[in-house]
Formats: sequence, structure tokens, C-alpha cells
Amino acid sequence: MIEYLSQPWPWYVAGPLIPLVMALLLFVGKSFGVSDTLRTTCSIGGAGAFSDFFDFDWKKQIWNLVFVAGAIIGGFIASTWLQQPDPIPLAQDTVAKLQELGIQNPGDNYLPEEIFSWEGLFTLRGFIMMVIGGFLIGFGARYAGGCTSGHAISGLSNLQLPSLIAVIGFFIGGLIMTYFLLPVILSL
Amino acid sequence: MMKYISYLSIGTFFGIIMTKSQAISWYRIYEMFRFDSFHMYGIIGSAVILGIISVALIKIYKVKTTEGTPITFSPKNLSIPRYLIGGTIFGLGWAMAGACPGPIYTLIGNGYGVILVVLASALLGTLTYGILRNRLPH
Repeated sequence: MIEYLSQPWPWYVAGPLIPLVMALLLFVGKSFGVSDTLRTTCSIGGAGAFSDFFDFDWKKQIWNLVFVAGAIIGGFIASTWLQQPDPIPLAQDTVAKLQELGIQNPGDNYLPEEIFSWEGLFTLRGFIMMVIGGFLIGFGARYAGGCTSGHAISGLSNLQLPSLIAVIGFFIGGLIMTYFLLPVILSL
Repeated sequence: MMKYISYLSIGTFFGIIMTKSQAISWYRIYEMFRFDSFHMYGIIGSAVILGIISVALIKIYKVKTTEGTPITFSPKNLSIPRYLIGGTIFGLGWAMAGACPGPIYTLIGNGYGVILVVLASALLGTLTYGILRNRLPH
């Protein structure tokens, strides 16, 4: 059983489980939207002093922090007891392109560790990709009123046009980054 | 207390799905934006299709929560600049860091401690948005 679960899960197994997560949250009276936790954390940290955007009853959002604590535990469980032995089966074209951009052994880990590591943080490209990347995620998610879970899953499932516009935006930004900016950043 | 155990369990399930589907992988996000593989499109596509069916069924059968209250959905106000600009900024970050907020948490659980830096930066980005929001087009 463990051996079976330790294999990489194909899209047709993992994909349908995501709306199950959404539905389970709905059953317990909550909505699926991970980036809300960033706002809640800011609020708990006293950000209400800077903007009334953070001046709300954050106690009602504690459940979501418990949910993401679970997401951390889930990552720990999967990496400890369900670890897959093989590299990620990436497309050949992706591997070739990444090698051309100077990434060693694409797919051996979840992340290119020469960039996403404490050593990598002190390189220009690592700093940009983690610090600026994270900043844009937090800024953009709140500006758009949600992230992949809130818009692409919860919003689209409820046929919300604003969520479709947001998802189109996610792709515009993602394509600009992947095709025009990442080749430059990775060469730094 | 039981309620918090349910949130924690659902979150744990989510973290396992994100890890085992490799959706937490920077490489999978890069591959998706290059249209080199169907993997991420299969995940998101099947999730959305089944999500639409789930929400429709919940509405048709007026499914109630475990506390007996009706499950409600709040419609979002329509605006193009807010979602398009905000979404594009988010997409730039998503493709750069290779993780959206769910996977950011899950990667930390996977032992990538340095992703705490991405999380801290995302908090700073959220804070900055909160401070500037009255001056941004919505």
C-alpha cells in the first residue's frame, strides 16, 4: 500500500482529489483559498496599524491557518513516508531547455537546489527568484483577491467570471516570466 | 476542537496531494508555462471540471454543512483591472518562485526550509498591497 502510494500520482488521480478538498471545506462551512492566510498573518502581526485592510476580526480566519498547518504536515508526511525513488518525469523539451539555461539535473528534486537553497539565496538569481518572486505572489494574490486555490479552483468551480479573468492574468504573467524574464534571470 | 482537527486533516490531505502530484515542483510549473507537458493541465483541468460539477450538485441538492447551515457561495464583484493586473502580477511571481501559496506551505513541510524566505516575502507583498490598495486601480 505504502509502496503504491509512494509512486508519483498521475494527474487523473491528483486532479479530482483537489475539488474533494474544496468540497470537504465547504461541508465544514469554510471556503478553499490559501492566500487569505497571508492577510490573516499580517493582521495578527499588527498590520492593522498600517492599513485598515488588515483591521478585521482575524480570529474568524484561524481555521485557515490550521488548514495550512495541515498542508505543512502533509508535505512532511509525503516526504518522509511516501517519498518517490525516481526523478520527476519531466518532458524532454523542458529538460533540454533547462540544461541550456544552466540548470543541473532537472527533476532530481522538486526544485533546482542551486537556486532554491540557503547558498542560492545569496546569489543574485536566487535572491530575485525567492524574494521578488514571493513578494509578487503575495502582492498579486491579494490584488487579484485570490490565488490558484481561490480563483482557479473555488472561483471557476462556481463559474465566476472575475476568477476566469484572474486566471487569464496568472497565465499572462506566467508566460511573460517564463519566456522573457526567466532566461535573463537564470543567466545572472 | 473537533472542528480544528477536521481543518487540520483536510489540510494534511491537501499537502499530500500537492506533493504526490508534483504540483509543488518548480519544474512542473516551468514545464506547464512552456506547454511541454499535459500533467499540470490535467490536474487543473480535471479539478475544475469536477469542481464545477460538485458546486452545481451542492446547489441543486441544497447540501448543508456539518452544522446544518446551508452551504453558501459569495459571488465576486466584476472588475477587469483588478483581476487582470493583480492576476498578472501573481503569475509573474508564480512562474518565478515556481509555487503558489498552497505549495509554498507544503514545500516547507517537505523540508525546504529556505522557502520560509518566499513565505516571508509573500507576507511583505501582502502587507504592501494593503498599504497601497487605495491608490491602485480596482
